Amino acid sequence: MSFLLSILIDGLIYASWLFIVSAGLTLIYGVMRVLNMAHGSFYAIGAYTAASLVGWYFNHDELPAFGSFAVMALGAIAVGFVAGLVTERGVLRFLRGRDEVVMVLVTFGLLLVYEDLIKFIWGVQSYYASQPYSLLGSTDIGEINFVNYDLAMIGVAGVVAAVLWWSLNRTRQGKLLRAVINDRENAVALGINVNRLFMATFAIGAGLGALAGGLSAPAIAVNPGLGVEVIVLAFAVVVTGGLGSVEGALIGAVLIGLARAAAVNLWPEAELFVIYGVMACVLAFRPRGLFVLDSARKI
Amino acid sequence: MRFWDKISFITALNIVALGMLASPPAVAADPIKLGLVAFYSGPVSGPVGMPSRKGADLIIEAINIGTLPAPYAGKGIGGRMIEPIYVDEAVEPVNEFRNLVQRQGADAVIGYSSSGSCVGVAPIAEELKVLTLFYYCGSTRTFEEGPKEYVFRTMNSQDVENIAAARYILSIKPNLKTLSGMNQNYGWGQESWRDFTKSVQKLKPGVTIATEQFPKIFAGQYGAEITALTRANADVIHSSFWGGDLDAFILQAAPRNLFQKQTAVLTTGGTAIDTLTKQIPEGTVIGVRGNGGALAPASAFHDWFRAAYQKKYGEQPSFPAYYMAQSVLALKAAGDKAAEQTKAVPSMDAIRKALSGLEFAAPSGIVSMSRHKGHQAVTDIAYGTFKLVDGKPTLINVKRYQPECVVPPEGVKSLDWIEAGFPGAKCD
Repeated sequence: MSFLLSILIDGLIYASWLFIVSAGLTLIYGVMRVLNMAHGSFYAIGAYTAASLVGWYFNHDELPAFGSFAVMALGAIAVGFVAGLVTERGVLRFLRGRDEVVMVLVTFGLLLVYEDLIKFIWGVQSYYASQPYSLLGSTDIGEINFVNYDLAMIGVAGVVAAVLWWSLNRTRQGKLLRAVINDRENAVALGINVNRLFMATFAIGAGLGALAGGLSAPAIAVNPGLGVEVIVLAFAVVVTGGLGSVEGALIGAVLIGLARAAAVNLWPEAELFVIYGVMACVLAFRPRGLFVLDSARKI
Repeated sequence: MRFWDKISFITALNIVALGMLASPPAVAADPIKLGLVAFYSGPVSGPVGMPSRKGADLIIEAINIGTLPAPYAGKGIGGRMIEPIYVDEAVEPVNEFRNLVQRQGADAVIGYSSSGSCVGVAPIAEELKVLTLFYYCGSTRTFEEGPKEYVFRTMNSQDVENIAAARYILSIKPNLKTLSGMNQNYGWGQESWRDFTKSVQKLKPGVTIATEQFPKIFAGQYGAEITALTRANADVIHSSFWGGDLDAFILQAAPRNLFQKQTAVLTTGGTAIDTLTKQIPEGTVIGVRGNGGALAPASAFHDWFRAAYQKKYGEQPSFPAYYMAQSVLALKAAGDKAAEQTKAVPSMDAIRKALSGLEFAAPSGIVSMSRHKGHQAVTDIAYGTFKLVDGKPTLINVKRYQPECVVPPEGVKSLDWIEAGFPGAKCD
């Protein structure tokens, strides 16, 4: 029992991280039909921002340690939001309506530009922001000790999922977004300001990517190349869940997280295989992922 | 021409003629265009790539201006200055090797941290006939898959550090019964784990494996692996993780008290002891892949290197800096030897031939190119146990293993030597 419980907890922790990383990616695709390779860069920017802010924060002894969580998360979101805004206004808006493959290439170019920009700003040395990671202590569940920070990530992912669901389904702006997702042409015809929605969506998506990076920073050494490693996993999640579906990203993350945790504990050699094995199995039966976006029938 | 003009003219001619007789033709020796390849970006750039580059810069500068301490003397490599060309290993190392040689005209290449890079680059170096010195990668396959003419490695291969790790852990935990492993899922990690477990089991039959984890390189998230390792509850956890992966593993394992309950053997842990001082628990076994960094033996050369590095960069060198410096010094020693033998500015081919079988001095001690027909270096190798002394990271209970104890004899494959029970090994 304790064995299964620990697999479940490990799986959910990993799934939480995967979901926060991929939520922004799938949101942007759903609204803009842009498969944003630069999402990995926003993750990296968030991690670097958080690491820098945590370093600065803990150099001020008079500040309460728990405040570092807010500084880390809000700082990462804010910088990611601005980076997203600049990217959308500075580049992507001029390429609106281009083929999805072209946009993949453009955003891949942006990923490379951001990688160099990150090196230009932060250099190539490692950054550490480990203080918040142990601040919440740890909990014994059965025979296994878990870090409370990791357990809290499950809650954070839940909050992100709930806020996204509520925003998309219960707010006026969310309903406008869903209208754009379902039928962009009709939405424009109805007078919805698609440009403004695109700008806001891209900035929010980038902010979510940066939040994921910021929350990861305390448990890793923040180094160049961080975003490149993450983007492959995020794609696996959103493709499994269905491109553009936030619910799909959530279910995809949980499936992959649990499968990986089970493999690590039961069949370690298959750890890498199961991530893509899950994706392949889903795509074999549902080629467009678990949750396919509705699309208007064109005549 | 008047008399005094004639005298002046003849005198001037004599001075010129005497000058020509007294000194060799004033033609500058061609510089050596030296490719220096390491991870200058990516997850291992901070812990490995940048110290390596700093080590190279320091030694190249000292070679070019002639300020290296004894036993080295003179400017350049046999009189040839070094022109460094830096190339990032993170970007297609095999293709970039060709570019480095064929487009940028590198005369020699020093570099490569990843075993994957070395296995890929070695046949290209042989094909292009370019002197290539591997400074950090460890795969034994490089030379065991066939003799090389142009490829050298100036530090120990990975089998040596894992055999030494096995001897060390059994010396401090003679009642060891179970092992767990946490190694990256590629050649380096798999071969390190294989050589370590086989060495331990040969030295102490009956030791069993509790769990073996092979996460993807640069995975970054190890929560589930730490759970599996905790549950397995082995006496010892072996890890050949390096760079950012090593840092992330330590950061995530520390608050879960993994290394407090089980003794960790971190074969490349030396890069982390100064940066993750608070996270590494006392009792963790730390390796430096040889004799460099915090485990370098005292010597005048070592003192010079540390002082010069501190002065130039404001920090102490970690072990990758030592091994890159070691590689550049191999070139210097070989070039000077070739120049002395031929009494001429050495060609790259003369340097290559002089390097084979050479013994030379480095900040971490004497390096002997005495395996694989003079192409593979052997050095002493040290391990120590982490302890905070007055708040400072310190390695205690240091044991230094001579090559005769941990390096397979010439002509014997490392796995064969381990499985045969280390025949001929001489350990104190």
